[in-house]
Order: sequence, then C-alpha cells, then structure tokens
Amino acid sequence: MIAPEASEPKPILDVRDLSVSFEQYARGLQKKTLRPITSLSVTIRPGEVLAVVGSSGSGKSLLAHAILGILPSNARVTGTLRHANENLTPERQVALRGSDIALVPQSVGFLNPLMRVGAQVRSAAHNGNAAEAQRAIFARYRLAPEVAGMYPFQLSGGMTRRVLVSTAMISGASLIIADEPTPGMHSAVVEETLGHLRELAGEGRAVMLITHDIEAALTIADRIAVLYAGTTVEIASVADFTGDGQSLRHPYSKALWRALPQNGFAVTPGAQPVLDELPPGCLYEPRCPMSTPDCTGARPEVRALRGGVVRCFHAA
Amino acid sequence: MRPEERVQIAAVLVFIARKSFRLGTLLVAVCVLSFWLVSHSPIDPVNAYVGADVMRVGPEQRAAIAAYWGLNDPPLQRLVNWGAAVLRGDWGTSMIFRQPVIDVISERFTASLALMGTAWVLSGVFGFALGIIAGARQGTWIDRCIKWYCLTLASTPTFWLGLLLLIVFAVWLGWAPVGLGVPAGVLSDEVTFGDRIRHLVLPAATLSILGVANVALHTRQKLVDVLASDYVLFARAKGESEFAILWKHGLRNVALPAVTLQFASLSELFGGSILAEQVFAYPGLGQATVQAGLRGDVPLLLGAVIFGAVFVFVGNLLADIIYRFVDPRIRWGGRYEQC
Amino acid sequence: MSSVDAVAVSHSRTGRLPRLNRRQRTLLVIVLSAALLLSVVAGGLLLGNEMLTTNLDQRNLSPSLEHPFGTDWLGRDMLARTLKGLTLSLVVGVLASTVSVLIALTLGMAAATFGRAVDGAVTWLVDLFLSVPHLVVLILIAFTLGGGTKGVILAVALTHWPSLTRVIRAEVLQLRTAEFVQVSRRLGRTRWWIATRHLLPHLVPQILVGLVLLFPHAILHEAAITFLGFGLSPQQPAVGVILSESMRHLSTGYWWLALFPGLALLVMVRAFDILGDNLRSLVDPRIAHE
Repeated sequence: MIAPEASEPKPILDVRDLSVSFEQYARGLQKKTLRPITSLSVTIRPGEVLAVVGSSGSGKSLLAHAILGILPSNARVTGTLRHANENLTPERQVALRGSDIALVPQSVGFLNPLMRVGAQVRSAAHNGNAAEAQRAIFARYRLAPEVAGMYPFQLSGGMTRRVLVSTAMISGASLIIADEPTPGMHSAVVEETLGHLRELAGEGRAVMLITHDIEAALTIADRIAVLYAGTTVEIASVADFTGDGQSLRHPYSKALWRALPQNGFAVTPGAQPVLDELPPGCLYEPRCPMSTPDCTGARPEVRALRGGVVRCFHAA
Repeated sequence: MRPEERVQIAAVLVFIARKSFRLGTLLVAVCVLSFWLVSHSPIDPVNAYVGADVMRVGPEQRAAIAAYWGLNDPPLQRLVNWGAAVLRGDWGTSMIFRQPVIDVISERFTASLALMGTAWVLSGVFGFALGIIAGARQGTWIDRCIKWYCLTLASTPTFWLGLLLLIVFAVWLGWAPVGLGVPAGVLSDEVTFGDRIRHLVLPAATLSILGVANVALHTRQKLVDVLASDYVLFARAKGESEFAILWKHGLRNVALPAVTLQFASLSELFGGSILAEQVFAYPGLGQATVQAGLRGDVPLLLGAVIFGAVFVFVGNLLADIIYRFVDPRIRWGGRYEQC
Repeated sequence: MSSVDAVAVSHSRTGRLPRLNRRQRTLLVIVLSAALLLSVVAGGLLLGNEMLTTNLDQRNLSPSLEHPFGTDWLGRDMLARTLKGLTLSLVVGVLASTVSVLIALTLGMAAATFGRAVDGAVTWLVDLFLSVPHLVVLILIAFTLGGGTKGVILAVALTHWPSLTRVIRAEVLQLRTAEFVQVSRRLGRTRWWIATRHLLPHLVPQILVGLVLLFPHAILHEAAITFLGFGLSPQQPAVGVILSESMRHLSTGYWWLALFPGLALLVMVRAFDILGDNLRSLVDPRIAHE
C-alpha cells in the first residue's frame, strides 16, 4: 500500500487486489471462466475526483458494481474493500449503498420506464423531506418542476443526465461513483455534467469518475487510474498527462495518451486479451513494446514510482 | 376535455377502426374457407338433417329437404346465398336443435361465458401470483417446483384432468354431479342458481388449474428479466430493499404484460372449454360445436367457427388496446419526443 | 482481511454421486428422455396382439402385478392398450409435426426472402389460422375429411405451422442483415443460392428443436380430437379412444381405465418437452444462463 502524504485526508475507499470472475456457458454448454477484473487496486479520498480510465471491456462498470455489492450472483469476488477504515462486508454494503455510497449510472435505461422520474429521485433520499429536497435539487439543476411528473422516455439527453446526478445529490452520500456519465453526448452536456461532479467533490465528497474518455477525465480529475484488462496499470496525477507522455510510468498509459488526436493519433497494434484466456504474465505483455522474457513469466506487482503507482517491471 | 385526451381518444378510435378492417378481411376469409371445407365433407347433409328417421324418409321427401336447404344449387351460389344471409343476421337454422343458429349460440355462449369467465379470472390471479413467487425466488427450490408444476400442467391433456376431477369429486366423494349441466328431468326454468354453480365448479376448476401454467411461466420470465434490468440494478444501488424493488419495479412492469397475455390467450381457453364441457356434459357452446361436428349440423358448425373467430379477435383487440394505451411509453409516445 | 470472497459459490460440496457439470447433466437428460420414448415405441411395436384380445375371464380387474394398468370390460390388458395407443400417437405426432415444420420452413423463408408482398401474404395467412381457436379448426378439418386416421393426421399437420413460421421468419430476417449474407448479396449471389447455402445451415438446429417441441402439441391435439370423436376410430388403440371409453365406466368405479393411460400420455408429452428444451439449451446457450 502506498503511504498517503501527511497532508491528505484518510482514504474513504481502499480497494486492494480486487478480482472478479464469472462462469459462462458457450454453445454446447461448455463452461468458460471469464476474468473481467484482476488484482485491481485504487484508493480515493474525500474532496477528490479520481478518474478510472480504460477502454471498453476493461472492467470499469464491474468495479462500481463490486464496490456497491450489486454484482450478479454468479460472480466470484476476491480481494479487500475498505470503506472509512472498515471492512466493506456484504452487510456493510447493503447498509451503505444509497446512503453513503451513491451511483450515477450511465443511461436512461437505469430509470424505471413506468415510473415518474420525480418519484425515482425521491426514492434515493435517505433522510429529511424527500419532496422538498427533490424540488430544491431540480431547481439547482435547472429542471422545471413538471419534469418530476414525466416518464423517463420523455426526457432529453441533458435532462436525463441532470436527473441521474440528482439521485446522487439527494442521497447525501460521501462517495459518489459516476459510471460513464457522459456517453455519446455533445460537448455542452458533457461539460455541464462534469461540472456538477466537480461541484460535488468541492462539497467534500469523494467522486470516482469511471470513463473511457480520457480527455473528459483530465478536465476535472485530480488523479487518474488507468485500467487495462481489468487491472490498474498506473495511477498518476493529472499533471503527469502532458507533453509526449514522458512523465507517465506505464507503456499503456503512454500509448493511451499518444492515441489522442492532439497527440498524434498513434495507435498501438493489438487488442485487450480475451477474458477467458488471460496471458499468464503481465496482462499488457502481448502488446508491449518494452516486453522482455521476464514479463511473460510473472505478473508485476504494483509499486510506488515518482509520486504515483505503476504495475510494470521496467517502468522507471 | 383536454386536447391531449382528445388526441388519445382519436388514436384509440383509429386503432380500433384499423383492427376492425383487418378482422373484416380475416372473417371473410374464414367464412369462405370454412364454407369450402364443409361443402367437401363426406357427411350427407340430408341424412344429417333427418337423423334417426332416415329409414322413414322417401326420395321425394329427401329431394324436398335438399331443395329447402338449397343443396342443389352450385357451391358458389350457396356460398353467396349463405354469406348474404349471414350479413343480414340470419345464420341459418341448426339441424340438430331445430332453432336459429344465432339463438343456439347466444344461449350456449352465455353458459360457456360463466365457465370461461370464472376460469379466466382464477387462472389469471393464481398464475400471476405463482409467477411472481417463482420469479422473485429465481433459482431456488420453490422456483424449480413452480416451474416444474407449470411445465407439467402444460403437458396435461385437459380432458384427462377433467376425468380425474370427476373420479375424485363426483364418484368417490360425491360432492359434485357426475354429468349434465342441469339435473336430469328438471325443466331449465326450474334450475336454481345453486344448481348452476354446482355444475360449474368442476369444469371451471379443470380450466383454472390448467390455465395457470401459461400466465405463471410468462410472468416468471418477465419478472426475471425485470429483476435483471439496469433499473433494478440502480434501485439496488440506491439502497432500496428487495421487497420495495419487487413491489415498485417488479409488479409495475410485469402486471401489464400478464393482463395482455391473459386476453391474448382466449383461443386456448375456448379450446379448453370445448374439452371440459364434453367431459362434464356442460351445455355450453363447446359441447354444441362438438355435436354439430359429429352430427353434421353444418349451419351450427359454421356459426361456431365464425363466433370463435370473433371471440378470439375481441380478446386480441383488448390485449392490443391495453398494451398500447395503458403503457405510458406508448400512450404519450410521439408528443413528448420533441422536448 | 479478505472479506468479500464470502460471495463465492461453494464447490466443495461432497456427496456420493459425482457432481456432473451443466453439459453432462443436459446430455444425460437428453439420453434419458430419448430412451424413455424409444422404449415406449419398442414396447408398442413388440407387444403382440394377444394382449389385446378379448378375455372375458379377466374383465375389469384392478391394477395388479400381472396387469399393472388393470384390464377393461373385455378383459384386455390396459398397459398393452396404452403402449399401443402411445405408439400410434407418436407416429401421428411425428408425421404431423414433420409436415408442419416443412410448411413453416417454406413459408417462413419465403416471407423473409421474397419481398414485401409475399411477406404480407404469409403474415396474413398466419393471422388467419390463429384467428380461430385451434381446436375448432381441428374439428372443422377433421369434419371435412370425415374423421379417421387420415383426417387426424391432416388436421394436426395443417394447423401446427403458424407459430413456428413466425419464429423462422424472424430468424431469417435477422440472418439476412448478417455480414456474410450482405457480402454474398453484393457479390451477386441469387436469392436461392443465399437461402440454401447461408440461411438453411443456420436454421437446421432450430428447425430440429422446433420439430421436437411441436410433438407435444401435435400429440395432445391428436388425443383431444380423438377423444371428442372426430379422430381415430374406436377400433384403433388410441389413448383418446381409451379415455373416451373410460367415461362410460367412471360411475362404476373403474378409475384405472382413465388414470393410467392419461398419465402415460402426460409422461410421454413431458418427455418430448424436456428433450426439446435440453436440445435447445445445447444449441442456444443464452437460455442456459438462467
């Protein structure tokens, strides 16, 4: 574990070596084991925005579901989750979710199609006058009062975002996990939604922003955790994402950074490993330009490096 | 009336009009096809009409009967004559009941309606409840039991279940009459309400027990889908209890499809009632249909076919209306999309 | 400190029976239900007719070791009658289902391949057949054909295609948007070529499963119209005939005449159902994830 700097508050959430696997049946009922998350470790502190960035299939949403304890029942989970210095057991997850840990989901599909949105927002409130709180939050997010009486399918994309953020806001949770909150939206809505999330962190809450959009993450995050094939390959400060990526520690983070349009669109060949056939060594080894025989033999552990964290034998 | 209500009512009317046009084309086809089929039956309609008196009827009388029923006209002519009469409301005269077909059908259908209505409501309520229990406890032993029970019911011959109920409740326990819709020897005017109920119980029970399977399996699957949906996942993330999730999200999203299905399955209910009425000698439309078929009563058989088609259509229409106009997504669809 | 792994499913359960995995269980069920059905057929075919001859010394015997299903009022062994009846039902069911599947395949493929007009016509035809209660249609067709074995087979065969037609049509419509079909079309392949080389091979497993799942309906409908008196003639050893006869002897307390033949029919229909369901979960694993 990386010792936090003395000035920083204690982490509200500490995820260590989290692994999630599923068993699935293929045609002919052959059984396969999928491993979408392998040895994932992150921490998050009050008042900060931590972005968890990875391409699709990197296990991002499952991280959110594992923290909340809402994975499907056939999921196998190992590793340690600690919330405010206490073990996050399944019972604690039930007690904390919705009140201390809130989720901002990705799309309108997460709202009950046959229930008016006002009622759905109010059902997220855990104390105080729910109706009053809902009105106040709608006013704050410039949602007209009659929106509360609408059904989800009647909302525009921007309204849906604000309604979904309202559910986290009304819960009063101290840890907010936003799972891909800006999928395929135009820039004004993205900016507005990210602004709301930054505001929530400004009020002293911890915000975990799970996204594939590294540019969006850079605009509001304090630190960025880079996921690859379900593992954290690097955790870096936003300031490290600069220039040609020389301050970054892991070859995958550098590749991600250089793949951005303004940094030259450099695409690394290859794809993430298939979830039922993970490589035995470093998960990034098959695509890594720095690969050596060491990398195929064992998986590198996370280690502290230059104020961040990296999972690579060769990073310096 | 608010403008949006007016729009909604107009939409319902347009919908019903379009559906009715479709029914019209289907009904015409059903009539033509049925008429064509029965006119090829090897059963001689004159023999069917004279029935047991066949030995006492001479050739002249046979010719007179054939002429009376128009049996000597070319088939197309007979079809047109019959179609025109049906359109005027004259569905012909039943050969075995010696009554207008319309009267036979309306009287018999009233009896069947009591039977089918009871079974419809009971199987709907119990099937829905079983489906909810199974779906909410998906994968547990109770779910397995309910699923197994319903699948077994779906493989059970209706008439055999009827026979079993008859053996147990009528023969062994003597709680119910062995047969006949009304006690033998009693004029239909003297039949009391209690008599009717007593004769209704077993056939209605047969249909209710079997009718449960379809609703229960469908409700279960729908609830399993709902509980695996993103919005239920989010409800869990919001800390809603499993009971609240079942109540607020489960029932709300499952009830409508279940009611729709129940209306859309009137065809099976009608078929089931034919068999149940036969086993229990219940004097309903189903039994009359079987008699018409067995004894070659062509006008009554055709009338039953047309009536069956209308009955099924009404069920489907109600299912469509409920599905389209009660669900807010479809009810308000289109007008809020601009927002 | 490890705390969350309590969620993990226990695999260490020890029992005397070896724990089979999902695939093995499914295959086992398929083999068992197929074996049950085959033994019914074998029993029906191998049993000589001497069990069916009238034997007035043995009338109306309740079930015993010698006559597990009892005997009827002519002293015939009910087990033998039932097995013969089930075999006949099975033959009728297989014939009728095969015809229905062929109709469904032809119409479903035609609807999805030959443009809007054909599609509209097929959809209309499906609606037409579903617009009258199924049993009424069966009665009507059996009446037209004057009942008998031919009438039953044709009535059942000609009325079981509509829902499968819908399934096949939807499947073909979906397949047509697939990449490999689009490529073939751009290469100028004919519709017939695409239908036989691309669509049929994909449909075969589903058609086979659809065929097996049609048997239960076909068999139950055959028994129903025979029971009503439109189907197989009273001389034939059909379950519908047996049950219809049993009605006359109910009040005299000969319960076995109705109980066992109907139960045997139920078991056979259920065996087909289980067979079809398990075959389907082999072909389409999405169903197995429940």
